[in-house]
Amino acid sequence: MDLSLLVIQMLNGLQLGLLLFLVASGLTLVFGILDFVNLAHGALYMLGAFFCATLTFALGNFLLAVFVSIPIMAAVGWVLERVLARPLYARDHLDHVLGTFGAILVIDTLVHLIWGPEGIQVPLPDYLEGQVPLWGDVVVPTFRLLIIGAGLGAAGLLFWLVNYTRLGMLIRAGASNRTMVSALGINIEMLFALVFALGAALAGLAGMLIAPITEASIGMGNNIIITAFVVIIVGGIGSMKGAFIAALLIGLIDTLGRSFLDDIFKFAMSTEAAETSAPAVSAMLIYIIMAAVLAFRPQGLFPPKVR
Amino acid sequence: MTRKTWITLAAMVALAVLPPVFYWTGNAFYLDLATRLTILAIAAVSLNLILGYGGLISFGHAAYLGLGAYAVGIPAYHWLYDGIGDWATNGFVHIGLAVAITSTFALITGAICLRTRGVYFIMITMAFAQMIYYLIVSIETYGGDDGLVIDTRSEFPGLNLDKPLQLFGLAYVSLVVVMLLVNMIVNSRFGMVLQAAKGNNERTVTLGFNTYIFQLVAYVISGAIAGYAGALLGNFTTFISPEMMDWRTSGELMFMVILGGTATILGPVLGSAAFILLEEILVDSLTWVEHLLDGILGMKIELSNYWHLPFGLLLIIIVLYVRGGLMGLINRKED
Repeated sequence: MDLSLLVIQMLNGLQLGLLLFLVASGLTLVFGILDFVNLAHGALYMLGAFFCATLTFALGNFLLAVFVSIPIMAAVGWVLERVLARPLYARDHLDHVLGTFGAILVIDTLVHLIWGPEGIQVPLPDYLEGQVPLWGDVVVPTFRLLIIGAGLGAAGLLFWLVNYTRLGMLIRAGASNRTMVSALGINIEMLFALVFALGAALAGLAGMLIAPITEASIGMGNNIIITAFVVIIVGGIGSMKGAFIAALLIGLIDTLGRSFLDDIFKFAMSTEAAETSAPAVSAMLIYIIMAAVLAFRPQGLFPPKVR
Repeated sequence: MTRKTWITLAAMVALAVLPPVFYWTGNAFYLDLATRLTILAIAAVSLNLILGYGGLISFGHAAYLGLGAYAVGIPAYHWLYDGIGDWATNGFVHIGLAVAITSTFALITGAICLRTRGVYFIMITMAFAQMIYYLIVSIETYGGDDGLVIDTRSEFPGLNLDKPLQLFGLAYVSLVVVMLLVNMIVNSRFGMVLQAAKGNNERTVTLGFNTYIFQLVAYVISGAIAGYAGALLGNFTTFISPEMMDWRTSGELMFMVILGGTATILGPVLGSAAFILLEEILVDSLTWVEHLLDGILGMKIELSNYWHLPFGLLLIIIVLYVRGGLMGLINRKED
């Protein structure tokens, strides 16, 4: 195991963790405050990537496209809340799951209809294409640093919003007791719609940031949403702090597991056995960790205090 | 007999009679449709045991279907390429393996999942199913992403599953047996406790029942039946890919149960029939519109690829406005 590879993989893990946090924070916000299970959250991540791709070509600039796409995604979230989520709040979780499952089918097919079955490669401007030397021969692509920076920035902004603003105070109050908040004269429906829009914008942002690396493609949301579920289960559903820590943990473990597990296994077994078993185990690693966490703490690592 | 029993009997007789008639009159395609419907109905009935009667919203049922199918495909693969003995094509071995693997998986994951409640349970069952999905994808020997062709169907004495009618017969008899079994389970003391725990878990615990064990046993039974359905599905499609255990399939199975009506014996069967027919009708009518557009306007658009769009909209409408599923409609008239 050489050190520079370890550093690079740690950065990749950090990047995955931050993207997971952007998706999971929206999920956990919506669930914590609205008690609503939104399977279609991954579809919003995908939509973010596609909007950003189209706008990058239209505006000729990736960063500009991101800034324009964020309010668009918030608007999409707002509409989704109005049309689908609001009538379902009073129902049980099973109806949430089925309704949003229907929404995934609709959104996936619409994307297929509009953008075609092929993925879209998103070009980066030249100044983001390069690499930044860290030390010696260790280099990191500039864009990955940008993702890490943007992820940390969004996480910080969210932390500030939830903990130090009036809106955040209302959000926290709504999570503890929504009837009381409503009785105090707060427009709770407006608050719910805002939270939904915020979640959509965050998921969309994650999709936009990953698009230049993986390309915007149908089904990309369905892959990340399950990992985001693992994140919020491990972190404790409804907890922002839990989502952040669990996202980084899962991102690092998944990335490091995929690159180093065969080396670790070689200490214990033959090279051949290690090379065949490592991919299978690393594919299951985060689920095994989830199971282990749940076996000891069924509410996750940082369950919210009031629910 | 009540109206419900009559409808159940009529539906099951129709399912037994119609497909062979279609087959003999030269519409073999409809027999295939009926076989797929019947196999999925078995899985839906098994899901209904925990979802409908137990109130345990499992979003990972497709994994059992997939594991069951791989329990047919993997021995058949080794039989062909490694020349292991003919036992590897024996149907009893396949079904034994399918049931053993799925009930073990259900026991291990169920023991963990059932420690949690509500939305945690939904997400965890989903995550464990996805774990199996990624596990299969990572094993390149069995085709990984691309899937595995099942070269030989299960062999049973006196039964030839290569004959479509016999395969349908096996699936149909299995469905009837599974329906009777689930009916027996839910009307037994065990089933009563299971339903009581759904209604009010704390009260049932206070009455002295360890509901965790009851739910775990139901979870394992449900998984084993779904695994059996998977073995049949493998025999039907003769091709198995991780796609089969995708969470979309889990969602579709849930939809079948809800569409037909939860916590009823016939509901899931009606639900899967409605699902399969709906899919068929949507694809057919979109193809028809395609030809129409091509003929009149000279537009060539492949619409039938997009059947998920009207399907998803229908799903949303049903969730929003139809309560109690198809069985709910039948029962309402009785009142």
